[in-house]
Amino acid sequence: MASGPVSDIYLAPSVRTAVKLLVVGHFAVGKTTFVGTLSEIPPLRTEERMTQAGALVDDLAGVHGKDTTTVALDFGRLTLSKSLVLYLFGAPGQQRFTPLWRDMAYGALGALVLTDTRRLEQSFAVMDLLEEHGLPYAVAVNRFDGAPEFAEEELREALDLLPDTPLVSCDARDTGSATRALVTLVEYLSARVEDPTELEPA
Amino acid sequence: MSGARRLKGLVRPYVVTDGRSHPSRNTFDLVTLVSAMPDRPLAGLSPERRRIVELCLLGALSVAEVAGHLHLPVSVTKVLLGDLVDSGHILTRAAVPRAAQPDSQLLREVLDGLRARL
Ligand SMILES: Nc1nc2c(ncn2[C@@H]2O[C@H](COP(=O)(O)OP(=O)(O)O)[C@@H](O)[C@H]2O)c(=O)[nH]1
Ligand SMILES: [Mg+2]
Repeated sequence: MASGPVSDIYLAPSVRTAVKLLVVGHFAVGKTTFVGTLSEIPPLRTEERMTQAGALVDDLAGVHGKDTTTVALDFGRLTLSKSLVLYLFGAPGQQRFTPLWRDMAYGALGALVLTDTRRLEQSFAVMDLLEEHGLPYAVAVNRFDGAPEFAEEELREALDLLPDTPLVSCDARDTGSATRALVTLVEYLSARVEDPTELEPA
Repeated sequence: MSGARRLKGLVRPYVVTDGRSHPSRNTFDLVTLVSAMPDRPLAGLSPERRRIVELCLLGALSVAEVAGHLHLPVSVTKVLLGDLVDSGHILTRAAVPRAAQPDSQLLREVLDGLRARL
């Protein structure tokens, strides 16, 4: 829904603090769906043009056509209290070390990795990327129709998860289910901060 | 049909930002909150800068939302917002300081806010 009173798009005047979480995963894993399910505003999208090498295209002179690719970022917003707003950014994981990823990762509290049991190996790249950026994450398995079912231990092993990395199952189309996945992620983030023995050395 | 796709591809970043690729000050995060100062003259602003000010006159938004609503790349939006801060048209609300670790109080508030939605 794009219409409605124009004031609907703005933050409450009492909001003072904005935080962000990333929702990441391979193509068609449900990132856009997840962000759209939870967002209080119609989800927005921004696009950046990059060269294939990953440099941001700031100056179009001499950089055209097949050398450039467009990276889209979907995002949405949840006002959590009078003073606090949470932004969710959904992005693919192919673009390593790009300015867009730096922008997304900068100051992010953590990430939720969406996976699909039909192609678990396609989640490796994005988990590597998060680890390189030092971003803590939880993993949510979206249940697609016809996707194979695995026991939790099998999934952990296939995804090569650390013992304390949360693993949940989730339906990105369902508000309650998507919210619970985020709760699990933030519980984990809180526990890491409150118990510093869980933190890896900087 | 609304103007959702109207402007896509028409804005050439290097024109909009006078050829600069980085903001005059590197103070913007994707979730830095911005709003416009009322009563600032808009005369003399380029069309894109004017659109940003007009959008932000009605309330606060994040940098990412400004980019999304105006169909501008984030990189371009940051440059333009930097100019508008310098000219006194735009105010930023301090973004979350980049601490080595987010503080537990903040995470607790996020958690409480999410649980309250269940
Ligand atoms: N069964 C099931 N389908 C989903 C789920 N999440 C997304 N989908 C569907 O998967 C397709 C791709 O989702 P999309 O959000 O566009 O993926 P993205 O490329 O990661 O943004 C869409 O048709 C969704 O309706 C889920 O949790 N369960
Ligand atoms: Mg998508």
